[in-house]
Amino acid sequence: MPLLNTLPEYVLTTKTDELLNWMRKSSLWYMLFGLACCAIELMHTGGPRADIDRFGAAPRASARQSDLMIVAGTLTLKMALRTRLLYDQMPDPKYVISMGSCSNCGGLFQLAYSVCDGVDKIVPVDVYVPGCPPRPEALTEGLLKLQEKIMTERWLTRQSNGHTQVVSEA
Amino acid sequence: MNPVQVYERTKERFPAAVLEVVEKAINPFAVVDPAAIVDVCRFLRDDPETAMDCLSNQSGVDYKDRIEVVYHLFSYRLRHNAVLKVKLPRDNPAVATVETVWKSANWMEREIFDLLGVTFDGHSDMRRLLMPEDWPGYPLRKDFVEPLEYHGISTVRDSAIIRLDAKKK
Repeated sequence: MPLLNTLPEYVLTTKTDELLNWMRKSSLWYMLFGLACCAIELMHTGGPRADIDRFGAAPRASARQSDLMIVAGTLTLKMALRTRLLYDQMPDPKYVISMGSCSNCGGLFQLAYSVCDGVDKIVPVDVYVPGCPPRPEALTEGLLKLQEKIMTERWLTRQSNGHTQVVSEA
Repeated sequence: MNPVQVYERTKERFPAAVLEVVEKAINPFAVVDPAAIVDVCRFLRDDPETAMDCLSNQSGVDYKDRIEVVYHLFSYRLRHNAVLKVKLPRDNPAVATVETVWKSANWMEREIFDLLGVTFDGHSDMRRLLMPEDWPGYPLRKDFVEPLEYHGISTVRDSAIIRLDAKKK
């Protein structure tokens, strides 16, 4: 049965939390944050073949317009301070994907004097994507994992201290 | 002209400045008096027989008892090259800049200053190039001690495979 002309007659029921989460996960704008060779795979993931746009993820050039930071590449200590600054500039709710061995733990360069051994020392990380560098399929899987995590959040749950807080059931 | 001929020609012009010529090396090189390096470089650039119009690389080496600055010269016009070395003391090493001879020396000298702490007198912009401005010490020196933290970021990561702590103590 074609949906055309029949869908307006339907009533869809859902929970407010789930509606909010569904909208949030379907529009994850990610910040362009390529630091090293992982950035090539990140660009490829946004390109026509992997096409991460079909999950609602679009690249943004500014931290202030982004929901998601994909840290792609080797994080030096010099860049680490800037990373924290950019993370602080992102509006809530915000998420971080750590892409590749370097940003997971320093990777190949973890014994170097100038490299920060993992982006999780600077900002909280939601999803770690292993690989050196991860293929576009792996990064897409990481984004889907993040969407799963977002769907378990309870934004409208009021905590005992009076503040609305993110409660994740995962 | 091969490199040794270049050094001999330099020695004719500056008998006191060329301290040593080493022929048995992959790249034969001449050790030059630090006080005369700018004059020697300008001569090698301007002399039509040598015409070293390109400073293809400039780098520094820490030999524990001294620090050397190495100049790799190349002539696009005559298709030959030469290597000059300057030996400096390890405490407060300083040598005159060759930025006035080849402009490309600017960033290479900043990199040597950044990583080895060699000061280039007369340089137009003597700042660190790669490391943060407030970084302690010079990383490519043999006695460089890696800081355990930088702006509150620990540089040690616990690993079951590699004992990073043992390496960084």
